[in-house]
Amino acid sequence: MSLKLEHVSYVYGSDTNLAVCALRDICLEIPDGQFLGLIGHTGSGKSTLVQHLNGLLEPTEGKIFYDGRDIWDKDFSRRELRSNVGLVFQYPEHQLFEVDVFSDVCYGPKNLGLPEEEIRARARRALDLVGLSKEYDKQSPFELSGGQKRRVAIAGVLAMQPKILVLDEPTAGLDPKGRDEILGQIAHLKRETGISVVLVSHSMEDVANYVERIVVMNRGSVLFDDAPRAVFGHVKELEEVGLAAPQVTYILHNLAENGFAVDRHATTIKEARDTILAALRSG
Amino acid sequence: MIRDITLGQYYQTESVLHRMDCRVKLVGTLVFIISLFVVENWWSYVLAALFLALCIRLSRVPFRFMVKGMKSIVFLMLFAAVFNLFLTPGTPVVSFWKLRITDAGIRMALQMAVRLTLLIIGSSLMTLTTTPNQLTNAIERLLKPLGFLIPVHEIAMMMSIALRFIPILMEETDKIMKAQMARGADFESGNLVKKVRSMVPLLVPLFISAFRRANDLAMAMEARCYHGGKGRTQMKPLVYGGRDYAAYGMMWAYLGLCIVMRIVL
Ligand SMILES: Nc1ncnc2c1ncn2[C@@H]1O[C@H](COP(=O)(O)OP(=O)(O)O)[C@@H](O)[C@H]1O
Ligand SMILES: [Mg+2]
Repeated sequence: MSLKLEHVSYVYGSDTNLAVCALRDICLEIPDGQFLGLIGHTGSGKSTLVQHLNGLLEPTEGKIFYDGRDIWDKDFSRRELRSNVGLVFQYPEHQLFEVDVFSDVCYGPKNLGLPEEEIRARARRALDLVGLSKEYDKQSPFELSGGQKRRVAIAGVLAMQPKILVLDEPTAGLDPKGRDEILGQIAHLKRETGISVVLVSHSMEDVANYVERIVVMNRGSVLFDDAPRAVFGHVKELEEVGLAAPQVTYILHNLAENGFAVDRHATTIKEARDTILAALRSG
Repeated sequence: MIRDITLGQYYQTESVLHRMDCRVKLVGTLVFIISLFVVENWWSYVLAALFLALCIRLSRVPFRFMVKGMKSIVFLMLFAAVFNLFLTPGTPVVSFWKLRITDAGIRMALQMAVRLTLLIIGSSLMTLTTTPNQLTNAIERLLKPLGFLIPVHEIAMMMSIALRFIPILMEETDKIMKAQMARGADFESGNLVKKVRSMVPLLVPLFISAFRRANDLAMAMEARCYHGGKGRTQMKPLVYGGRDYAAYGMMWAYLGLCIVMRIVL
């Protein structure tokens, strides 16, 4: 069920004098079951890229393949693609519209034309996955807190049971607690369901702890595409494009420069703690 | 989509017309529209077309871009022309069944088509070279003498806010539409009832977001002590330059010529 982008470019407003080239020659493959982080400075083209993944935008140049088939072929059903590639937009709580939480989550599966039973079962499961218990079912989505609204919206996409889940800056505008909750919830549902997850963010800190591969975007192109430790090795280049490595990376780099035998490539706080303790004990 | 309508859209570039005082452009457009209804013979339309062509040249907006915006109005024009063609009394040229095409009808239909085309291109030229804010600013300044009758500043402020919100709401519509499409929504197929129903998931979030934005804006304005037009000055007051007076001169000359042509020819 892999998604594959081949030399994709996209230009906004190509027929006006304000054309913006948002993507340049992107090649990317998202294999089954991967947890992928897509990182880039604001305006680097992340949102544009993810809208290509489920066929909401058609590439100006290049091709996109789902399961080996070109998604812009005439006889390819893009509605079916959208149920397989679930896209959660930035500020997804702005799309809520139903009278209660449960009905809103039902909207997606209802559009798939599933039987009533199945719709309800899927909605329930999706709400469980994002940690919203039955007591929220009958509440108006507009009366919930910001973080809760966002979870309802994510459940709305999960209820379609996609094989690839794409989240565009799911932590934008949340406080640190809400952010950790959402990210924890996403990691949890990744473990539970085993689907591929693409997590878009402009903060390394956010994704470092969770993903197994990082794609760094800069001005519409892919700058790095590697495992987190390898990407964070390029501290200088990351800073040049307006990104920062996680704080632990900076601490470890400084320690190493001052003669401590620490492993610079640790990316999470836990790994950092271990390598610092090890260095202190041996030294 | 909605974005393709050129009427009322600003085209950013650098030109004499873009730099011109917005009051001149507004008055000029009104004069041009009046002139279209003053004149009646073909030579005057040639004059009007030449005048417009000159302005388009000066504006540096590609003609192709304007014509693209016209497409959506072609239907309206055809409608008006067909009505004139069949319903004008006069000497019949062709007649079949109950319908008669008269010589006067043909003339009226042609005239109507030419007038409407010139009128629409003329007024879209103004909006293409004038930002909505400049436009409301011009209206406010020109209506100032009526200040004792109507709340000019408040009306202008409301207009500029409304105009400012159009692109924002359009963007928002686009975003929400995409978000619902990602959840399997289908806005195109189905019969009328189904289509109207499919709009609910689009309209509800759109209204909520419009109210939220309006609320935020009102709060932000109040926080910066906005209290209406009384005693309010402008950071960049409009001042006529030599070029603007020259433009006024050309404009009145054009209108004069139109009137003279009407009387003489
Ligand atoms: N609807 C649009 N119309 C025109 N330009 C756009 C539109 N959306 C995004 N852009 C431009 O495309 C570029 C990439 O934007 P985006 O994909 O939103 O970046 P990111 O999500 O990484 O912040 C930016 O320069 C932005 O200004
Ligand atoms: Mg974005």
